[in-house]
Amino acid sequence: MNKITNHQLYRLIVAHFAEIIREPSVIFWGVVFPILMAWGLGIAFTQKGGVQAKLAVVINLEGVSGNQQTKLISWLTANAQKKDSVYTITLKNEKLGNATLSFFETSSSNAFTLLKKGKVSVIIEDQLNGSSYRFDPANAEAKAAYHLAADLEAHGPLFYTENQSQIQPLTLSGTRYVDFLIPGLLAMGIMMACSWGISYTIIDRRSKKLLRRMVATPMKKSNLLFALITARFTMNLAEAILLFLFAWLYFGVKIQGSFSALIVLFISANIAFSGIAILISSRTANTEVGNGMINAIVTPMMVVSGVFFSYHNFPDWAIPAIQYLPLTMITDTFRSIFNEGAGFLDVWREALVLTITGIVSFVIGLKIFKWY
Amino acid sequence: MSDSEYIVEVRQVKKSFKDVQAVKGVSLKIKPGEFVALLGPNGAGKTTLVEMIEGIQHPDEGEIFIAGKQWKHHQHELHQMIGLSLQETRFMDKLTAYETMRLFASFYKLNSDRVNEVFSLIGLDEKKKAYVDNLSGGQRQRLALGVALLNKPKILLLDEPTTGLDPNARREIWNILLDLKKNHNTSLILTSHYMEEAEYLCDRIIIMDQGNILGEGTLQEILALGGGHRSLDELFISLTGRHLYE
Repeated sequence: MNKITNHQLYRLIVAHFAEIIREPSVIFWGVVFPILMAWGLGIAFTQKGGVQAKLAVVINLEGVSGNQQTKLISWLTANAQKKDSVYTITLKNEKLGNATLSFFETSSSNAFTLLKKGKVSVIIEDQLNGSSYRFDPANAEAKAAYHLAADLEAHGPLFYTENQSQIQPLTLSGTRYVDFLIPGLLAMGIMMACSWGISYTIIDRRSKKLLRRMVATPMKKSNLLFALITARFTMNLAEAILLFLFAWLYFGVKIQGSFSALIVLFISANIAFSGIAILISSRTANTEVGNGMINAIVTPMMVVSGVFFSYHNFPDWAIPAIQYLPLTMITDTFRSIFNEGAGFLDVWREALVLTITGIVSFVIGLKIFKWY
Repeated sequence: MSDSEYIVEVRQVKKSFKDVQAVKGVSLKIKPGEFVALLGPNGAGKTTLVEMIEGIQHPDEGEIFIAGKQWKHHQHELHQMIGLSLQETRFMDKLTAYETMRLFASFYKLNSDRVNEVFSLIGLDEKKKAYVDNLSGGQRQRLALGVALLNKPKILLLDEPTTGLDPNARREIWNILLDLKKNHNTSLILTSHYMEEAEYLCDRIIIMDQGNILGEGTLQEILALGGGHRSLDELFISLTGRHLYE
C-alpha cells in the first residue's frame, strides 16, 4: 500500500480537486468563458471594424420657401443613399476602417424618443444656413458621431478619406487592445477563482455542517485549508495556461518580459486572493450573506482596477487608491511583464506586497474562523 | 477525577446561549457498551448536551469526562475514540461514497481495508462508486453512519440518525446499530424524536425538556414514573402537558 494515498493532505487535495473538475459549470466559467471573453473583446477592439454613427435630423423650415431645402438634407439628397427616411453614407478609409453614418429624418418629438431608446446618439437641427447638434458631451460615441457629421457637413467626405499615409496603425505585439486585455483577464481570473472557489466553498461547507463534521475527527485544520488553496491554485494555473495559449496562438500575444517574474507574480497573486478569500469566508454560514460579501469585494475591483479599460479615466484623486487595490496591482504588473519587458527586479515589490496582503488576511481570517 | 467504571460522565453541566439556558445542570453516566437514548422535543437541550460531549461546545459550568479524559487536555485522543453522525450533514456532492469514506479514513490514518470493512458493515457495497448527490436519504445516512464507525469508536454519538427516513431505511440503520451492540463494545448516545427507536435500540432512556432531565431508566422504569403509562408520549404529556415529538 502506497502510504501517500492514505495521507490526509493527499486525500484532501484529491477530494477538492475532484469536486472542481467534476462540476461542468466550473469548467465552463473557469476555462471556456475567459477564452470566449478574450476572443470576443479581442476581436471587437482589434479588427478595423469601422464606426457606425446614427443621428436624427430634425428639419427646421424657418426661412425656407418654395423648392428650397435645408442645408444638410440638401447635401444628403445629393450624396447619400436614401431608403425610407434614412440617409446613409459610407466614408472609406483603409487605415481607420470605414465610417457609416445614418441620418434619420424625423420630427422633433420622435427624435428625442429615438435618443432615449439609444437608436441615435445625436439630434441635428437642420436649418437653411447650417446645423446645430444636440448630444451628451460625456458620451464618447455621441461625441465621435458629432465630429464625423460636423466634419462631413463642413468639408465633405474627403476629410475622412484623404491623408491616409499619415496614419500608422499600431499592430506591434504589446501595443494592441488585446495585449492590454489578456493580462487583465489573467488577473481577474485569479481573483474570481479564489473568491468563489475558496470563499464560497468554505461558506457552503460550513452551512452544510461538513466543516463541523470534519473537525470532529483528528484532521489537521490547516491541512483542510492548505488542500483547498492547493487545489484552487492548480486549477488557476491550468486556466491561466489555457487562456494564454489561446491568446498566443490566436492573437499572437507574447510575454516580452521575464518568465520567472511572471511565475513569481502569479504565485503571489494567488497567495493574496487566497488569503483574502479565507478572510471573507471566516465567519458566515449563510450562503446568501457570503454571496453578498464576495460580490462586495470583487465587483468594485472588477470595475475600477482597469481590467478592461484604463483606470486613468477615473478622477485624479481616486487613482492612487485604485493603484493599491490588489487586482490593480496584479493587472498593472502582469501588463508590465507582458508588454513592457519587465523582469524580476521590476516586480519584486508588488510581489512582496501581494504576498504580505495574502498572509496577513489569512492569519486574521484563521484567528476569527468559525468551524461550526 | 472520574469514575473509571463509566465511559461518559457528565457532572452538573450548564450551558447558555445569550438569554437562553439550553442545559441547566445535567448529570449522567454511561457504561461501556451501553446504548442510551436522549429523548425530548425541539429545544429540550439534547443537541447542546451531545455537542458538549462531542467537544464542539464547552460547558459554562460542570465537567465532562470521556474514558476519564477531558476535552481541554486530551482533544487528540478523544477525537480518536469518538464517532459521530450529525443531523443533516451533507458530504461533498461530487465525491463518490468510496472517496468520501477514504477521505475520512485518512484522518484516522486508516487504509482501504478498513474502508471496505465498513462498507460491508453498512451494506452499501454496491453504491461505492455512486456520487454522494446520487444517493437516497437512507443511503446518505448509512454513509454518515459508516464514516462514524471508521475508527471503531468507543463511543458513538448519533444526532437524529433516522429523521426524515422512510420506515425501511430506518430499519436498516437500526439493524446496523443492533449488530454493533451485539458484536462490539461500543457505547451509543442517540438523540431522537422517535419513541420506538429508543425502545428498540437502547438499554436506557433519558427524557429531557427545557434543559433538564425529567426522568431516566429502562423503558419499564420510565413508564412506571407517575403511576404507569402505556407509552413514552403519554408519560411526556403527563410530565409536561406537551407531546414528545413537538
